[in-house]
Formats: sequence, C-alpha cells, structure tokens
Amino acid sequence: MNQALIDLGEYVAAALPGEVSEPRVALDELAVWTEPGSVIKLLTFLRDDQNCQFKELVDLTAVDYPEREKRFEVVYNLLSLKHNQRIRVKLAADEQTQVPSVTTVYSSANWYEREVWDMYGLFFSDHPDLRRILTDYGFEGHPLRKDFPLTGYVEVRYDEDSKRVVYEPVKLAQEFRSFDFTSPWEGMLHPPGDEKAQETEEGDEA
Amino acid sequence: MAEAQIKPLTLNFGPQHPAAHGVLRLVLEMDGEVIERADPHIGLLHRGTEKLIEYKTYLQAVPYFDRLDYTAPMVQVHPFVLAIEKLMGIAVPKRAQYIRVLYSEITRLMNHILNVTAFAIDVGAMTPLLWGFEQREKLLEFYERVSGARMHAAYFRPGGVHQDLPAGLLEDIGRFCKSFPKVIDDIETLLTDNRIFRQRTVDIGVVGAEEAFDLGFSGPMLRASGVAWDLRRAQSYECYDELDFQIPVGKNGDCFDRYMVRMAEMRQSVKIIEQCIERMPEGPVLVPNHKVTPPKRGEMKRSMEALIQHFKLYTEGFHVPPGETYTAIEAPKGEIGVYLVSDGTNRPYRCKIRTPAFVHLSAMDRLCRGHMLADSVAIMGALDIVFGEVDR
Repeated sequence: MNQALIDLGEYVAAALPGEVSEPRVALDELAVWTEPGSVIKLLTFLRDDQNCQFKELVDLTAVDYPEREKRFEVVYNLLSLKHNQRIRVKLAADEQTQVPSVTTVYSSANWYEREVWDMYGLFFSDHPDLRRILTDYGFEGHPLRKDFPLTGYVEVRYDEDSKRVVYEPVKLAQEFRSFDFTSPWEGMLHPPGDEKAQETEEGDEA
Repeated sequence: MAEAQIKPLTLNFGPQHPAAHGVLRLVLEMDGEVIERADPHIGLLHRGTEKLIEYKTYLQAVPYFDRLDYTAPMVQVHPFVLAIEKLMGIAVPKRAQYIRVLYSEITRLMNHILNVTAFAIDVGAMTPLLWGFEQREKLLEFYERVSGARMHAAYFRPGGVHQDLPAGLLEDIGRFCKSFPKVIDDIETLLTDNRIFRQRTVDIGVVGAEEAFDLGFSGPMLRASGVAWDLRRAQSYECYDELDFQIPVGKNGDCFDRYMVRMAEMRQSVKIIEQCIERMPEGPVLVPNHKVTPPKRGEMKRSMEALIQHFKLYTEGFHVPPGETYTAIEAPKGEIGVYLVSDGTNRPYRCKIRTPAFVHLSAMDRLCRGHMLADSVAIMGALDIVFGEVDR
C-alpha cells in the first residue's frame, strides 16, 4: 500500500514537472503540493489519467495559519475507486489570491468552495455561484479564521417591541475564558531541584 | 401574435416543512408544476461545530460528533476517534473493535429504518413509520444499556469504547436479530410491490455511475447507481475484513433503487451483528495506556499515580503528535470523513468534517430539474439528509 503511494506520487510529479512538488507519504496518506495556477490542470490529470482515475472529489477545505506569509492552505481530498487510493492536493493562498474554481472538473466542488469562501473568505475565480452558504443572510466576517472570536461579534434575539429578530453586539456576562491546561512539566526531563536523581541516572549509565 | 414570455414562478419550500427532513429552505423556480431550478438554502442549523472543536480538547470534542447526524449518532464519532488513533499510533483491542462494529451496524439499522420509513411517509405510506419506530426504539434501548444515553452516547472513545458490555446484552441483541428480519419482510410487503410507491419512486432522480462520481456521491446513493463501492470492504477498518457480508448494488440509480439498496443493507447488517455476537472476543475494551484512556475507578482509589492520570486526562487531555490525516468510514448515509490537523497540543488545530448529506444535497438541483414538484419530496426522502450534518 505504502510503496504504491510513493510510486503514484513520483508518477504524478514526473508527469507534470514544475506544477507538482514534493510528493510526501505520511501515515499511509499521499499529499502533493501545487500552485493556484496549476490546480485545474493537475486535478484534470488526476481525474483522467489511466493510472490515477481520481474520479471523486471527496473533500475540499482550507486550513488557516495566520503566522504564515500565505495564510491559507487549500486542501483537496481525492478518491480513486478504480485503484482504491486517496490523494491529497494542497496549495497555499492568501486573502488576495484568486484560486481557480474546480467546479468544471468536479461538480461536487461547487458547495465546498462556497463553504470555504463563507468560512475563510478565500475567493474562487470563475465559480458559477459564489454565495455564502452556511452562515446567516447578511452575515459579516469569516468564522473559521483563527482571528475570528469563538463567540462571534453579534447575537440575535427576538425583540418584543419591534416584533422582529434584532442583531446586537455580543455581551458576555463574564469574559471569555480560554484555559491553558498545558502542563509546564511535560517533556521536562530534569526538573530543578532534582539533581540527585540526575546523578544516579548518569551513574546508572556509566 | 407574439408568444408571451411567462416568468417562472418562484416557490419557497420550507424552512419549516415536514417533508424537508429538517430545516431546509428550498427556493424552486417552477414552470407550471415542473421544476426548472432548485436552490437549497442551508445553514439554518449551523452551530459552528468545527470552530467549537478547535477550542476543546480531543476528548471534549467527541460528543459534538454524536450531534451531527442525530438519527445515527455513534458512527459519526467513529472517524474522529480513528483519526486520533491513527495520529497517535494506537491499536485498539480486539474486543473494542468488535463492539464498535456491532454498534456501527446497530446504528446502520437505526438510520435505515428511519430513512426508509420516513421516505415512505413522504410518498404517502403511513404504516411503515409506525412499525419501524417500534424497532428503532428497541435499538435505542441497546444504546442506552451500553452507554446510558439513548441517542448521544459518546460511547466510542479514543483507544476503544467507554465501557464493557453489560451482562445479558449480547443475548438480547441476538434475540432482536432473530425477530427483526420478519419486520423487514413486513415493511417490504407494504412498499416494494406497492403500485403507488413504485409510481412515486421508479425513474425519479436517476443518476448514472459517471455522474454519481462527478457529484461526489457515496454510500447507498452511489451503490444504487450500480457501483459496488463500500469502504467497509475497500478500505477496511476495525475488524470488517474478518466478517462475511455482501454489498447490495442497484441498477438504475433512481429513488426506488436507493430504497432497495437500503433494505438489502439492513439484512446484511443483521448478518454482521450476528457474526459479531458469535465471535465477540474476551479482553479489555480500552487500551491500557492511561495517557489516553482513564484508569479504572478501583485503581484510582488505591493508586496515587492513577488519580493523577485521571485528573490530567480530564483537564489537560492528551497531546496528539503533529500531523494530519483524512480518515473516512462508511456511515449509513455514505462516506463520513474527518480531516484532522494536529499541531502537537491538546486541541485539534483544524477538524474538518466531511459529511455525506452535504454532498448529496448539493446535487439536489441536478436531480430535481425537469421533475414535478411532488417528485422533489421523493428525491429528498431518498437522498437521506439530516440537517445536523449538512449544516454542522
């Protein structure tokens, strides 16, 4: 299984030189990197090539890394039913990048791209109908970005006086608390004041 | 005289409509009674599960998955725990694997009973729903006996299952398996050869195999189009490769075939459950690694270390090594997958939940075009959508 994935990665990289980089197999899963400009070409190749036959786009999503220069990572998960293999195609993008829509290659990308646009504000060019999908009508902001607060900015309630649902800024009765339970001792091999134990350990080794 | 241009009528279907299977708002552009375009508006049940999970430890995130598809809770947790186990390199004990498979199949029965009978009520048959619910209630009782909760069980945990099976449960499930095929037969006599049911479902919402790939179909939707693809067989997980079962496949890819595939799958599930009961091995149900799973209560009373481990597990949680994985399983509705990105801390960095209903609903426009208004209800019923997992 593993060797087949390595071979497949090399095959794809050899077939489209310069457009695919560093095929990597980790945890029995193959991932390749590409550029926004090459994604349609690569996915079309992966779909149509006899040795690939990745006919299903199983998942399309994004991951936000605010500290990176290109903060978003767009991830395409493909499935080949013929060869019983999966491949992950990734590309980096920022807020300004226009990632070409792959709806022409896979129809199922339509709603996925709308979802990524909704959640991350990542623009897909040539998408037939790039509207928000999961958030409320008239929602502002992109909730899955790491800098979007968990509580959001507005909350809704039914207003008895005006007989309609009104939007108000979020008021928290107590400040949002994010507990840091991470143990400071985890991985600390030689805690201070434990020199004696250290000495005996060294003594054991000697 | 020049022909008058008739503007298509826009019809608003839902969001509160019993045939919408939840909160779906469907904006239909109609030409008379024929649908020209269907535009589903979703997100009315959006709870931000993926965002919430990023702020929870791995163990705290588990119950969110039960609430995705509330008609088939346990299987939703499955890809998440499998993804964690894959990243951490944990091998689950054999008994836990069998229990997971046993409950996955019970869940599949629960889901298909509800879907098939609710589908029947959509197209005008009342009785199957009443018969089906009686059986579903028995299955929920099995849930309750093993986890304490009828629906939101949080029973599958990273490293195994929460508790061992109580005494006598397997015998009762075995007894259920004996009586249940009779109920499937009964429901089939009401539906399969029923003239009205056939008129409402045959040749409605036809999807060929190639089109099904393009639309990203999976599960019974794909199998109804004649593709023998089942992740339990193709990319086997847990102990499915040791069990003997068949994959029912449809021919025409219409709503009737989807119904038939689900009925046949129920019979296979009963077969799998019986095999699980027969082969259920002895042994632990959780890995003994107490960095991931809690120590026994009795141990905690005597051992200081066990107490500390318990405390650390339920406050800090466990750390998952950095990495990413897409892990998918065969849920009753299709392929449910979790794309889990870990940065080495005690919380997931990103957890994308790929749900089958979202993809299937996105094909609604393609399926409905050219059909009558009443057919949209049949198509929706056969799609098997639940808004908990569409909207997440």
